[in-house]
Amino acid sequence: MKRAITCIVCPRGCAMTVEARDGAFTVTGNACHRGEKHAIGECTNPVRTLTSTVRVANREDTMVSVKSAAPVPKGSIPEIMARIRAASAEAPIAIGDVILSDICGIQLLATKEIR
Amino acid sequence: MNFDIVIVGGGPAGMAAAVAAWDAGCRDIAVLDREPDIGGILRQCIHPGFGLHKLGRELTGPEYAHVYRQLVLDRGIRVFYETTVTAVSADKLVTARNRDGILKLKAGAVILAMGCRERSRGALNIPGTRPAGVYSAGTAQKLINCEGYLVGKRVVILGSGDIGLIMARRMSLEGAKVEAVCELLPYSGGLTRNIVQCLEDFGIPLYLSTTVTRIHGKNRVEGVTIAQVDENRQPIEKTRRDISCDTLLLSVGLIPENELTRAAGIPMDPATNGALVDEHCQTLVPGIFACGNVLQVHDLVDYVSEEAERAGREAAVYVQTGEEALPWVRVSPGSGVRYVVPQRVHTGGQEDVTLFLRVTQPFGRVCFTVRAGDTVLVSAKRLRAAPGEMERLTIPAGAMKDVKADITVSLEVIS
Repeated sequence: MKRAITCIVCPRGCAMTVEARDGAFTVTGNACHRGEKHAIGECTNPVRTLTSTVRVANREDTMVSVKSAAPVPKGSIPEIMARIRAASAEAPIAIGDVILSDICGIQLLATKEIR
Repeated sequence: MNFDIVIVGGGPAGMAAAVAAWDAGCRDIAVLDREPDIGGILRQCIHPGFGLHKLGRELTGPEYAHVYRQLVLDRGIRVFYETTVTAVSADKLVTARNRDGILKLKAGAVILAMGCRERSRGALNIPGTRPAGVYSAGTAQKLINCEGYLVGKRVVILGSGDIGLIMARRMSLEGAKVEAVCELLPYSGGLTRNIVQCLEDFGIPLYLSTTVTRIHGKNRVEGVTIAQVDENRQPIEKTRRDISCDTLLLSVGLIPENELTRAAGIPMDPATNGALVDEHCQTLVPGIFACGNVLQVHDLVDYVSEEAERAGREAAVYVQTGEEALPWVRVSPGSGVRYVVPQRVHTGGQEDVTLFLRVTQPFGRVCFTVRAGDTVLVSAKRLRAAPGEMERLTIPAGAMKDVKADITVSLEVIS
């Protein structure tokens, strides 16, 4: 089975082709090894770094921006977003603070300082 | 008040310029910003993708801003918050206002770092009513990411630049339905990776050569009419169709915010909408420098920081040693090239000179040639070139040594 994948690892955006045969993947069109890894990942377990915001309960009209500590499986994003929308945080917040621990096995970290 | 260097704007350009000027030995610096904190537009860009080039790691916008904010504050550089600059004069008097009243700052050198703003509906002349629900993409981004206010539930986005694409993903993640992204041109101005991870991941259609021809709704947007356009960008009547939506986001270009620059009488480049500068980011008014998106709209903040560091260093040199009247030549775009920055370059070959440019349309394999008169200074091949990706070409100091004639940059398509 052949599949066309546009690489999203860097701004270059290589047009790659992945061919699966007997459980092994052959990638062509990639300019670097990161592209190969990404292309195989897209076929086995596609992941994305997720960023969003969480309401700061004790500050008016204030959101703290957050990111997943590691890329998360694409399929789990709707569930993670539902948890994020229901969550709130308390200022003061420093960059890197854990805002939610263990949603689908990953941590959600603050990316903004709220004094 | 007197300062060696006054920096107008505390976004990525202003912060990097301040740090570089300090590190070049200048201790008497003021940064003026209209917001309660420095960091500029990065503070609302919560997505990742910043810093790979400059800092060697991938950060979100607020994190990237925080890195430079700390560098500014650690040095004890003076920042005037919630301070709006109302005038800059050619003799380097900066007028500003804040809660304390009117401030007059006399500067040895001024660095313009005001950034850019978005083109609005008024600039597009879209007919129709004037309901609520029409936002520029950046305004919607600020409302959602900083204030937690979702601007709509069914969205059409006009313009496929990176901000429009990023907002399509953001709105989708927050539960809104993005019906379509329309792009007037036959190609997207955004990065390919953003088309994949912001549109394809969410099943959002991208309609090329398509525009919004009418906005419907009395109090709130109820829908838009879209139509394909012909090669002259005129809507094709029979392709018109209505899409119901409650929100229209506009991501239709950025305009360098140069009102202060023009009022100061600083000569401008109509191609960039920024000031004319030399390779030190100095405008044609000695001692006034410009950097970041107020000079030319960049693709990546990493390159903004880099350009601003050059401006900061050179402003420090100007304050410390005064002006050097060296001979210079003009730099102009040739075939296939829309603009080149800097537009003036000093000759004599004391240092390498890097030119930044954008092409007029997407190309396949091309060869860029930098010529001074008939002499070829640099020739460089690229696998492809696109207006959305800024090119850079470096002229080695050795090649600049004997340059007497004006420089042009052009491209040829390699078949």
